[in-house]
Amino acid sequence: MNAYFTAEELAFQEEVRHFLQTEFPADLKAKVDASIRLSKEDMVRWQKILFEKGWAAPSWPAEHGGTGWTLTQRHIFATEMGLIGAPEPIPFGMKMVAPVIMTYGSEEQKQRFLPDILESNVWWCQGYSEPNAGSDLASLKTSAVREGDHYVVNGSKTWNTLGQYADWIFCLVRTDNTVKKQEGISFLLIDMKTPGISVKPIVLIDGFPEVNEVFFDDVKVPAENLIGEENKGWTYAKVLLTHERTNISGVPRGKRKLKALRKLAANTQDGFGKPMSENASFKKRIAEAEIELKALEYSELRTLASLSVGKAPGPESSILKIVGTELAQKIDELFLELAGYNALPYVPDQFEDDFDGEPVGPGTTAASALTYFNNRKLSIFGGSNEIQRNIICKAVLGL
Amino acid sequence: MDFSYTEVQQMLQDQVQKFVQKSYDFDTRNSIVASEEGYSKEFWQLFAELGWLAVPFTEDDGGLGGSAVDLIVMMEEFGKANLVEPYTSTAVLCGTLIAELANGEQKEALVNSIIAGEVQLALAYIEPQSRFNPFNVETTAVVEGDAITLTGKKIGVLNGEAADKFIVIARESGESLDRDGLSAFLVEADAAGVSRRSFPTVDGKRASLVEFDQVKVDTSTRLGGTGQAADALQAATDKATVGVCAETVGALESLLQKTVEYTKTRKQFGTPIATFQALQHRMADMFIECQLAKSIVMMAAMSLDSQDEGIEKTRAVSAAKSRVGKAIKAVGQEAIQIHGGIGMTEELDVGHLFKRVTALDIQFGDGEFHTERYASL
Ligand SMILES: Cc1cc2nc3c(=O)[nH]c(=O)nc-3n(C[C@H](O)[C@H](O)[C@H](O)COP(=O)(O)OP(=O)(O)OC[C@H]3O[C@@H](n4cnc5c(N)ncnc54)[C@H](O)[C@@H]3O)c2cc1C
Repeated sequence: MNAYFTAEELAFQEEVRHFLQTEFPADLKAKVDASIRLSKEDMVRWQKILFEKGWAAPSWPAEHGGTGWTLTQRHIFATEMGLIGAPEPIPFGMKMVAPVIMTYGSEEQKQRFLPDILESNVWWCQGYSEPNAGSDLASLKTSAVREGDHYVVNGSKTWNTLGQYADWIFCLVRTDNTVKKQEGISFLLIDMKTPGISVKPIVLIDGFPEVNEVFFDDVKVPAENLIGEENKGWTYAKVLLTHERTNISGVPRGKRKLKALRKLAANTQDGFGKPMSENASFKKRIAEAEIELKALEYSELRTLASLSVGKAPGPESSILKIVGTELAQKIDELFLELAGYNALPYVPDQFEDDFDGEPVGPGTTAASALTYFNNRKLSIFGGSNEIQRNIICKAVLGL
Repeated sequence: MDFSYTEVQQMLQDQVQKFVQKSYDFDTRNSIVASEEGYSKEFWQLFAELGWLAVPFTEDDGGLGGSAVDLIVMMEEFGKANLVEPYTSTAVLCGTLIAELANGEQKEALVNSIIAGEVQLALAYIEPQSRFNPFNVETTAVVEGDAITLTGKKIGVLNGEAADKFIVIARESGESLDRDGLSAFLVEADAAGVSRRSFPTVDGKRASLVEFDQVKVDTSTRLGGTGQAADALQAATDKATVGVCAETVGALESLLQKTVEYTKTRKQFGTPIATFQALQHRMADMFIECQLAKSIVMMAAMSLDSQDEGIEKTRAVSAAKSRVGKAIKAVGQEAIQIHGGIGMTEELDVGHLFKRVTALDIQFGDGEFHTERYASL
């Protein structure tokens, strides 16, 4: 047993490192380090740099312009990206809808949609959840009724992350009311500019409208935008979900954050003439987080090793989701603790790109509470941690 | 042994409950938070009329008795409604400091105007390097004849924006960690050399960074003896700490109640989510946390009202703040989690209560700090 990379993998790691060090724009790195929210343009700019290099789509097969990397290479790439703080591609196009189009879409759909996703020309958002269909997603009600060569869509979706930027939305819609709920769902691609669509922002507790409600009022969608067969959408979405939950542990991000935390602790006074980095109980809490991160890292590597020999992703991804998100939240708490009174200011605008006032500091300490608030979402979305535990109970423990 | 409320306490509780029910719903709170002042002057006057601003003061000082138990009864209700009015700053923190330190003449002028709701005060004591140690003070007070010059920087000054006057803790002698040598000065907010940078806080209040640049005050503005303010500062922050612990308990109870209610109405998988045992046990744990928090806050309030030694009181206060800190994490985070997405939004009061308890955890030192202080005493 060993967890070493091969010589080729190490060389690849070196190549990735070198690329990121030279090509990840300094202004974006500065923003990430200062907790400034990246704009749509920032994210697209970075994606296009990756595209030029041929690295825009690590998880895609080469035939569609992906890297064709092995799982280990993808892991190495994601790790190096996370360590330097480079933003991952916005997942909705690259990681969520593209694999569905590749697997179940028609040749025409592949040609129409995939190149623009690869080049980051088109921004996608995910339209699954509804006000009354959250954990119980299959009970969704937004309906699509076939009329001639198009569908008429009515209903509403909610929690659409960054839907305010989106050009297209991929939706699960109800096309049959008369069968078991999972069997009457279809997968439909909808242009956000279609008449009858309206978007209403939802402000979260950190003050930023990160999510939206999207309303559909007699929206005419060409039938050619249906993926695969009518009423098979649930199956398509489910297959995708298990794949989507790899690389979700956030280990690299955790490492980067803990490094920043240690640095901050050394620069934070304990009130009694010493830095917090010498406070025994705070040191213990950092150590606990690091140890948890190690356990998580090796759990992820074990999953990776088993996937690499061809096993299908299973409920292991639930472990990574639960532990990864809860550990990220723990680390946020440590930042909050260090900030003390400096966490109190509620000036969300100062972490936006166009803020031109005098920031309330010191440094980014005032971001710590906002991040702590915002990241409560981690254990709610992507299948809540309760739902993940249910999956472990059912699929692993046979309960 | 008797844990029941006295008639006065019962009346206070009823009054606050009625006020909140009638006049302080979520929408009203939001409009107050968004208003220019950041608190309601009209309600402040009402608080004065109802005698609430007199609660922290002894009868000798013209108040209602000054007991900590009275205070927690009222503040728990404030917490439930997520009130933003600067009660802690003006009435409890500055009020107690004045009651402890001021001479007859100073008291005459100040206590009456606090009780009448005529003045807003803010305690400027925390500094960039002091973290949660109130005695870590580098702001200097230099005496020359009758004039004193104050110079230094204060952070996290709650109610700093509305304050007409600051009570400034400054050092007249000693090293930056010494208790001896600290004095308290009453400084007009618009005095020359005072500058403040104000901002909203995460829990809908207002606070400021305040700089004192060669601010000249008269010796008559010193409250108490030269360099002798530390004990009073301890007493004032300890009392206010117990107050915010009670406020927290109220907010946590609100979070619990709203969570339980929500799970009864929110349906997923064809059934109210309250029927999932995984959630039921977590709500049972939230309930336990609230009860333990409430118990230890009562313990601390009774200790403050007792003849205990000063150090015993301080230990009791730290015990309460430490245990309440634990409850804040547990109950606050679970409330959001069990609400799901809707708990993450500005639209719902739950998120605001969560932010309030997070801020209260920080105020006067977080749970971890107080666990250490407890251990060190
Ligand atoms: C910031 C954010 C971004 C999001 N982005 C998107 C997006 O881009 N696109 C999209 O489609 N959706 C998105 N979501 C929606 C997200 O997937 C849902 O919030 C999630 O599925 C939970 O649904 P809900 O909020 O309706 O909570 P509910 O399903 O109502 O759950 C409430 C609580 O009950 C628990 N619960 C539910 N069922 C059970 C059970 N059987 N056993 C035990 N406990 C249970 C849940 O875990 C939760 O704690 C986002 C959500 C958030 C908060």
